[in-house]
Amino acid sequence: MTFDRRRFIQATAVTAGAGALGMPAIGNAQEQPIRIGLMTVKTGPLASGGLDMERALVMYLRERNNMLAGRKVELFVADSGGVPAQARSKTQELVERDKINVMIGPLAAGEALATDDYIRQQQLPTLSVAAAEDMTQRNPNPWFVRGTSTSSQCAHPLADYCIKQLKYKRMAVIADDIPYGHEMCAGFQRVFEEQGGKIVQKMFSPLTVPDYGTFLAQLKTNIDGVFLGFAGSNGFRYVRQFNEYGLRGKVAIVGGMTALDEAVLRNMKIEALGIITTCWYSAKLDNPLNKKFAAAFQAEAKYDPGFYAAATYVEAAVLENALKAVKGNITDKAAFMKALRASKTDTVRGPVSFDSYGNIVGNVYIRKVEREEGRLVNTVIQTYPNVSQFWTYKPEEFLKNPVYSRDWPPAKNLES
Amino acid sequence: MRKLAWLLLIVALLAWPFAVGEFYVNLVSQIFIAAIFAASLNLLVGYAGLPSLGHASFLGMAAYFSALLTLRLGFDHTLAAPLALAGTVVMAALFGLIALRATGLGFLMLTLALSQVLWGTAYRWVALTEGDNGLRGLTRPHFLGINLDDSTAFYFFALLVMAFSLWMIARLVASPFGAALAGTREQARRMSALGHNVWLIRWITFIYAGFWGGVSGLLFVYYHKYIHPASLSLTSSAEAMLSVIAGGSGTLAGPVVGAAIIVLLKNYVSAYVERWNMLLGFVFVAIVVFMPDGLVPGIKRLWARWGQR
Repeated sequence: MTFDRRRFIQATAVTAGAGALGMPAIGNAQEQPIRIGLMTVKTGPLASGGLDMERALVMYLRERNNMLAGRKVELFVADSGGVPAQARSKTQELVERDKINVMIGPLAAGEALATDDYIRQQQLPTLSVAAAEDMTQRNPNPWFVRGTSTSSQCAHPLADYCIKQLKYKRMAVIADDIPYGHEMCAGFQRVFEEQGGKIVQKMFSPLTVPDYGTFLAQLKTNIDGVFLGFAGSNGFRYVRQFNEYGLRGKVAIVGGMTALDEAVLRNMKIEALGIITTCWYSAKLDNPLNKKFAAAFQAEAKYDPGFYAAATYVEAAVLENALKAVKGNITDKAAFMKALRASKTDTVRGPVSFDSYGNIVGNVYIRKVEREEGRLVNTVIQTYPNVSQFWTYKPEEFLKNPVYSRDWPPAKNLES
Repeated sequence: MRKLAWLLLIVALLAWPFAVGEFYVNLVSQIFIAAIFAASLNLLVGYAGLPSLGHASFLGMAAYFSALLTLRLGFDHTLAAPLALAGTVVMAALFGLIALRATGLGFLMLTLALSQVLWGTAYRWVALTEGDNGLRGLTRPHFLGINLDDSTAFYFFALLVMAFSLWMIARLVASPFGAALAGTREQARRMSALGHNVWLIRWITFIYAGFWGGVSGLLFVYYHKYIHPASLSLTSSAEAMLSVIAGGSGTLAGPVVGAAIIVLLKNYVSAYVERWNMLLGFVFVAIVVFMPDGLVPGIKRLWARWGQR
């Protein structure tokens, strides 16, 4: 076979031409709109949450006629597919082609870490949904704030609740085998054991495990409860199988912030009733902002807003508040970041502010699945006010420890 | 005529970064990287007749080697890059020993299995690879004193590496060894009867393909300054395979065209078409239906038919 040069050239030239056709005409208007980039996931296993993120953000902007702090805004949406390398090239696309001023997203921890140094290099103000702890802890990014929570931020109060209210002594934990799952379980374990409880079993199942049978068969039954640290639809699948295995009523379930999200709750039946979970949001929260948002979202999507929908809605509110503080002048990035970090905003999840690491301080709610108007809802049963990512620990001491992981804190009470 | 076309292409490639914005420069840089990767796989699929679904191992391993050497051991890029390539070549030699016990589907499954082992290791060996968090904080090297952090500089660097890689691959294909390789694809038994060591020819090709896969891996990690197990995954291997098949396996230009299509669909069209995966599917179905041997041979045939009229 010989190198056919003519074909080579023609083929390559066609490709180059195709790229040239799509070149945008960049105009320079006097008062340019504020350009917001949303880095979300619209394909792959995380898509349901990613689509909720977009829907809620579009709702927020539409309610304000696409005006924030007196300036017009334009929204650019990018789909990372949940793949970190893709998230990075998509962020480049948002910055270099769409010239965004501020980014909301990304969704997954790996994506946030993959874009970390690019965000620093471009000095791109970012309001993230991803929970990766160290982005606002041991290696905080000055251009990064998080309006949702770290992985363990909601797990700490739940452990406290399990000890003080539920009087649990012995528990098992199971979570997705990803950093988010590890960090959440580690936070739960730390608080639970420091207050006298014992984690006697720890299990990590692959994110895409087709069947929880083997994990359910292993589960100890001489315990008070099991903590679920699942994301996406895994909590739903676990609980359903849990029921099928006849464990319902024998072992209690408590769940992390995405274990029984409203987005999956709508597909569940009696098996979910009574399960206690923790989150910084519930569609049932009783405040005027949320009543309006939850009703509007329900009318549009035909299901209740959950973690992901509330996440971008909260981020947008924080963004608007900070924009007001700088009178819409987002081009002075340093001043804008300062305003963002200093902002105190009333949102659908309650009042929020930021700590000096750029992570949110806000209420965390303990919720119970109940039936209401023919559908399952997460009713709030207790509120932990103004919870920070460091729980009750001093930040300096908290940060001296290694980041939460599979192996830290060490599990000393495991029973085989 | 042919010379003019070459000249135009070279001028177009050289002028590209000065004519368009940064995004489009980076887009084409990514096409260059994907093109090297696909072209190296094409050596196996197209020229040796060995369909591999594990080629991402080489891209991923070179990238991980480079990342770990610079990050954990503080090596300079001038030292880390050759070491990473050497490591990849050794690995390719080992993988070749295992995978070349079979041909056809057996070879496909073995390469798939081997690459999944690496993927699983990268995911699980958290202490070394940081698992799902990926390795970050990487840097781009300086090449001849030029900082490759600049997108235009990186574009020319990638262009240079791609041109050299494609030339080297073309050299192998056009050499007597390349002829023998084509022989093992068409008539392995007859080649054996003629006194050629079929296994050795395949093994050398496997290593050579692994080496160029490693080169694309280095560019990949320099470009992204980040590496995640997803780069070792089946999806990554399959994308390269699709590039080769779409462009035309067993042609030199085919993988380049195929890689360009994939990168454009993934990184450019996806901004306008939400269900770009579906579009990708349609494009491939169309190619397979209308040009079963790939775009480049297909277009060549059309051209010839029109030329006769």
